[in-house]
Amino acid sequence: MTDATVPEKTLPLDQWHRDRGARMVPFAGYAMPIQYEGIIAEHRWTRESAGLFDVSHMGQLIIRGADAEKALEALLPADLAILKEGRLRYSLLLTEDGGIIDDLMITRRGDHFYMVVNGATKDGDIAHLQAKLPRTVVVDHMKEQALLALQGPKAAETLARLVPGVEALGFMTGGAFQIGGVTAWISRSGYTGEDGFEISVPAAQVLEVAALLGAQSEVKPIGLGARDSLRLEAGLPLYGHDLDTETTPVEADLGFAISKRRRAEGGFPGWHRISAEFDTTLIRRRVGLLVEGRQPVREGAMVIDDEGNEVGKVTSGGFSPMLEAPIAMAYVPVGSAEAGATIRLTQRGKIFQAKVSDMPFVPHRYHRKGGGQ
Amino acid sequence: MTVHYTQEHEWIAVDGDSATVGITDFAQGQLGDIVFVELPEPGRQVTKGGDAAVVESVKAASDVYAPVSGEVIEANHALSDDPSLVNTAPEGDGWFFKLRLSDPSELDGLMDAEAYRTFCEQQ
Repeated sequence: MTDATVPEKTLPLDQWHRDRGARMVPFAGYAMPIQYEGIIAEHRWTRESAGLFDVSHMGQLIIRGADAEKALEALLPADLAILKEGRLRYSLLLTEDGGIIDDLMITRRGDHFYMVVNGATKDGDIAHLQAKLPRTVVVDHMKEQALLALQGPKAAETLARLVPGVEALGFMTGGAFQIGGVTAWISRSGYTGEDGFEISVPAAQVLEVAALLGAQSEVKPIGLGARDSLRLEAGLPLYGHDLDTETTPVEADLGFAISKRRRAEGGFPGWHRISAEFDTTLIRRRVGLLVEGRQPVREGAMVIDDEGNEVGKVTSGGFSPMLEAPIAMAYVPVGSAEAGATIRLTQRGKIFQAKVSDMPFVPHRYHRKGGGQ
Repeated sequence: MTVHYTQEHEWIAVDGDSATVGITDFAQGQLGDIVFVELPEPGRQVTKGGDAAVVESVKAASDVYAPVSGEVIEANHALSDDPSLVNTAPEGDGWFFKLRLSDPSELDGLMDAEAYRTFCEQQ
């Protein structure tokens, strides 16, 4: 998606990453840190302590206006009417055919909604929102805002040292706090399967916040490489790989993102197709795969039937540092989508055997206490 | 024993008409954590510049090419049990396979250690 001739944009923490030995690579139009000391070490550190991720390439939007709730419900399948102040939800922007334009987090925040979208898709998302929302609803791209994520079992005790009271946040709730004198919006959320926080601060002050977090003994900076292996172990799909405009939420096993009321009432793009897929017409579904042997099977490998016909594809694949085994996500025919089903794959002329697995591959450790949904 | 290097970051240590092949320290550093190595079977004929092995890091798979033509006479099965040897000892215990050279004159086109060092600095 990124045109190699377009110069990469620089993250506010670019030099901070380089000073810590990061290898920088182009991603979503930015020079991004892919790794510091190594993906496996960073991955394990996040699962055992606390990893600090720079996700400032993601799009942070404010959507406000008299009818913002109603207007957003016409574009998203989330039940925003019951979304309480400071609560966030995982949701999806959908095409008229029910394909996924992007996946996102949306929070009710005072008189507006705060939305975080993927970095590679943010410009298209903003154009889509502006084209579809009524003129009374305004979309503000918060370009001057940076975003950090602190993830791992020691994230809460570490952050609470700097931000007293933050430990009271439940999973999928957020609030306004001060961190080292900097005003921050902090939510208890993330994309690693661990307990953790996402911290939105002005880009002009993110260096101070990163220095403060980075000085804690539990914290190490973590690159995009481990972010990808962590989210794969957590069974979380990645836009542009596991999700795209040709894929519906039901196929992607994201039915939970479509609330009961919205599923019954409709009123969002693709509802007819999506509700039919819930009931009877689903053909393929995203599943987790445990691949036999040690060799990873990568995105692009094909799922084949007994006659060797291509019946599905691998959309994410790699090596699980915690299971020390290859794992993958793939779209397979619904008849083969139950846990335990045997799947055959081809990659570079070689046949691989795999078993459909429940996801997550590694149990989630979200902070559920006090986080009533 | 003389060691030669390719632009694709393989090394080949030649001893008479046989040679040991692996990937360089520079290459393992670029690949990151190695989790799997697919090795050629003894008896397989490889040709200079052709596929000979596959090395998989956490993130991606990369081909390893034969620096010269010849017959594979041994594969390093220690890598099957511990692929991370490629990270810790790329130019030692982390070797990939041994070859019997079919055309030693092919070595002439490869780099020596100093030329390779200069080549890496330009990468």
